Amino acid sequence: MGLLSAIIFLPVIGAIIIALVPRLPERAVKWLAAIFSFITLVLAILLFFKFDRSAGMIGVMQFGGNPLSWIPAINSFYHVGVDGISLPLVLLMAVLGFLVVLISWKVHLRVKEYFIWLLLLETSILGVFTSLDLLLFFLFWEIEIVPMYFLISIWGTGRRSYSAMKYVIFTLVGSAFMLAGILALYFTSNPHSLDMMEIAKNISFASGAIPLTAIFFFLIIGFAVKLPVFPLHTWLPDAHTDAPTGVSVVLAGALLKMGGYGMIRVVSIFPEVARTWSPLFVILAVIGILYGAAVTLRQTDLKRMIAYSSVSHMGYVLLGIFALSQVSMVGASLQMFSHGIVTGLLFAMAGLVMHNAEERDLRKLGGLANQVPLIAIVFSLAGLASLGLPLTSGFAAEFLVFVGSFSSAIVPHIQIYTLLSAIGVVLAAGYILWMIQRVFFGPALEKFKAVKDADRLEMVYMTVLVGLILWIGIYPSILTDIFNMGVTPIARLFVP
Amino acid sequence: MNLALFTPELSLVVTAVLVILLDLFIKQKGWLAAVSIIGLAVSAGFSVGLWNGSPQATFNNMLAVDNYAVFFKLLFAGIAVLVILASTEYVAKFQRFQGEYYALILLSALGMMLMAATTELISLFVSLELVNLSLYVLVGFLKDNKSTEASLKYLLLSAVASAVLLFGMALVFGFTGQTQLGEIAAVITRMSGSSLAANPALIVGIVLMIAGFGFKIAMVPFQMWVPDVYEGAPTPITAYLSVGSKAAGFAIILRIFYAAFIGPTDLSFNWGMIFAVMSAITMTAGNIVAIQQNNIKRMLGYSSIAQAGYLMVGLATVGLVHGDSAAGQAPLLFFLVSYSLTNLAAFFAIIAISNKTGSDMIDDFKGMGKRSPWLAAALTLAMVSLIGMPPAAGFMAKFYIFSTAVQNDLLWLVIIAVINSVISAFYYLRVVKMMWMSEAASQEKVPASSALVVALMLCCAGVLLFGLLPGLAMKMSGLASMLGL
Repeated sequence: MGLLSAIIFLPVIGAIIIALVPRLPERAVKWLAAIFSFITLVLAILLFFKFDRSAGMIGVMQFGGNPLSWIPAINSFYHVGVDGISLPLVLLMAVLGFLVVLISWKVHLRVKEYFIWLLLLETSILGVFTSLDLLLFFLFWEIEIVPMYFLISIWGTGRRSYSAMKYVIFTLVGSAFMLAGILALYFTSNPHSLDMMEIAKNISFASGAIPLTAIFFFLIIGFAVKLPVFPLHTWLPDAHTDAPTGVSVVLAGALLKMGGYGMIRVVSIFPEVARTWSPLFVILAVIGILYGAAVTLRQTDLKRMIAYSSVSHMGYVLLGIFALSQVSMVGASLQMFSHGIVTGLLFAMAGLVMHNAEERDLRKLGGLANQVPLIAIVFSLAGLASLGLPLTSGFAAEFLVFVGSFSSAIVPHIQIYTLLSAIGVVLAAGYILWMIQRVFFGPALEKFKAVKDADRLEMVYMTVLVGLILWIGIYPSILTDIFNMGVTPIARLFVP
Repeated sequence: MNLALFTPELSLVVTAVLVILLDLFIKQKGWLAAVSIIGLAVSAGFSVGLWNGSPQATFNNMLAVDNYAVFFKLLFAGIAVLVILASTEYVAKFQRFQGEYYALILLSALGMMLMAATTELISLFVSLELVNLSLYVLVGFLKDNKSTEASLKYLLLSAVASAVLLFGMALVFGFTGQTQLGEIAAVITRMSGSSLAANPALIVGIVLMIAGFGFKIAMVPFQMWVPDVYEGAPTPITAYLSVGSKAAGFAIILRIFYAAFIGPTDLSFNWGMIFAVMSAITMTAGNIVAIQQNNIKRMLGYSSIAQAGYLMVGLATVGLVHGDSAAGQAPLLFFLVSYSLTNLAAFFAIIAISNKTGSDMIDDFKGMGKRSPWLAAALTLAMVSLIGMPPAAGFMAKFYIFSTAVQNDLLWLVIIAVINSVISAFYYLRVVKMMWMSEAASQEKVPASSALVVALMLCCAGVLLFGLLPGLAMKMSGLASMLGL
């Protein structure tokens, strides 16, 4: 547990150090943030390799240690751990956490506060993925709201005040329902427990006044706002578009995954209710995929386009989770990881284009491949991964989701929904290729003559992310083996 | 009559008198604050000595000395110390009556301690009036138009509320023939259900008492005095009103309703449901009207109305609790501690900022994040705690109070309360936004006296401590909720 706690709390310790040391020069702040996030990344990689992949550890929370009693009055413990599902997500956040510090290297406004909030955000997201106690989980879930509010509204662009407030209100409404669900779960479980694993294992639901379906929906609403699920997705385009580049990367890369992760856990606690209501969520997934893709086609702002494409891609995650089969849930988890990397890279590249060319309107961009070939190549690679080209991680993930959903014997008529979702891939090809063509190809424009290409620092994170996309695309089993370990016990709940 | 049990109150009386007398002789008025704080510390020390002793009654069963009373003695002593620390700068500007200011704070603290300890209706009224009279004067201390108007409004409305309360108490006395709470409970439980229903006097008496107390805790529809009085009073006194008199109001309501009217179950169910419904209305009304406010003291006034709504969820739980468990009280006591620290932190930061900008309008908080980051950070922490988000104490308090409510079939109320928390986020975050996002009108630093800074730091430390490690405070609340008599 020491290793996990170190991973979770190192970023916030860095944040506290930055906050307390007076008159720190800009460079020192950035180097401190980079060092702390880098150490976190190293520890997360260490965790990844130390994870026991033997068959006996399937479904077992590792690195949990002994839970420390935190608030005895409500039976709450400081209990953290990772299993097959959460380990890659922790790794994802650690990777993105470090890379976002590099992406944010060119921030010059109020640098100290920016990195304090960024590091605090990293701690809270890592905490969400590793918490096994519901109160601890909720605490970390709520902590991310304040840094996001400040990051979007101070360093953002466009309607940043509005987008930040919208983000906060949406998330708080979702958390309100989640809190009601957690409390109801605490009191319906017998004996009263806030521990996720205990509740999932020995749930002997006393026939309480609150029906299980209600508790399920209370919890799901909170995660549905985050994922996001149509029609609760309207905060996402505004928040993504108006946030600064680094924050968009974290938002798309890791924050949305908190919703997916939570949904998987809820499904594992309430298998019967999930099975009954799965058609509803599958339909919402299809709508999200197709509607998200369709709206993306109409966008004229570069970042907004990528934001809407996120709505569409997270629809695949929802489809995979609620198809309730082993392969589809592994696919959904892999899609979460892959989307994090791919869309993170897309936002980073969009940020670069916007920063160097000082233009975000797709109608006014063009021919940039002449001036910035490196950015063009990486952007195109990321775009191709987003549309699911084989050899990229996007393909591996989407393929698993489709195969898993199509063959799922649990949800009726799911084959039709899967086929409909596959149309989303076609639409994705449409908007991605069109976006790349509009931004980079075509005749070179006079006004962009002096646009600078990526420099060495930017090449670092571009290479890392592209490398990850290709590595997982070519050899996905480094991740799918681990996801399998976490998904197998959940899938077993649904064997008809 | 064991005077050793009465030492906390006695020491406060002695200190108050001492302060008034010293005011005649001393030129350096700062010493008066020091003497008051020492007196409060002595009183708190005596209270600590009484903690966890066996519950005893003094003064012919009129006052109880149990964990509950001691808990509140410590709370009120702490609040008074913090308010006195924060007032030193204010008081330094007065021409006269500095000693009286401190003495009145001490006397009202004394009244509040007595309110929490009393187990009998008449002594309740006496201690309530002690608090009220001290506060009337304190609210009007600035002697400008606004302050005097606020004081007059407070006096008139409070007098009506006290009259209603007295009428309610008279009805209860007429019905039961007793004024001591324990004996009232005995008489009520001896009656069968039918004669309770046949004698609506008791219910009317209880309702009138709820109305009288409702004024004190600013429950809808008795909350109209709050915005005007909060706006007109000197800001340290506003802070004191918002936490001290509210905590005292809740202390006495909990004591009376738990000790006297807890049985039979359909009676407690009745007033439990009354509190539940009033709670929902109060928090909604408070939050919705707060959105429109431009003056920060009025906004915090409406916010405290909403917070009273959340506290009343705890009262409803006490009424609706199945069986005889003391589950409902502990979260309420913890919430009072958390709310006191949070509100005091918010008001203290506002004292410093308003002193500099000379205005109470939220718009004049622009750019405070740049001008004095630590003050702005303290106010931000207070706002976060009022919304109920981690890592502040407000989150733990809400979680605790809502969890016991859910356990007792009040899920509907908890859902309303959580949605209200979301609504409230809007106006709390607006203050935060003003401070950190907008450009400042001038770049000068905001000076704050060291006493104020100390008080502010103590409050913020408390908010963070109880937000991250609430175990000890929750345990103390649990111990305190064993009401002895």
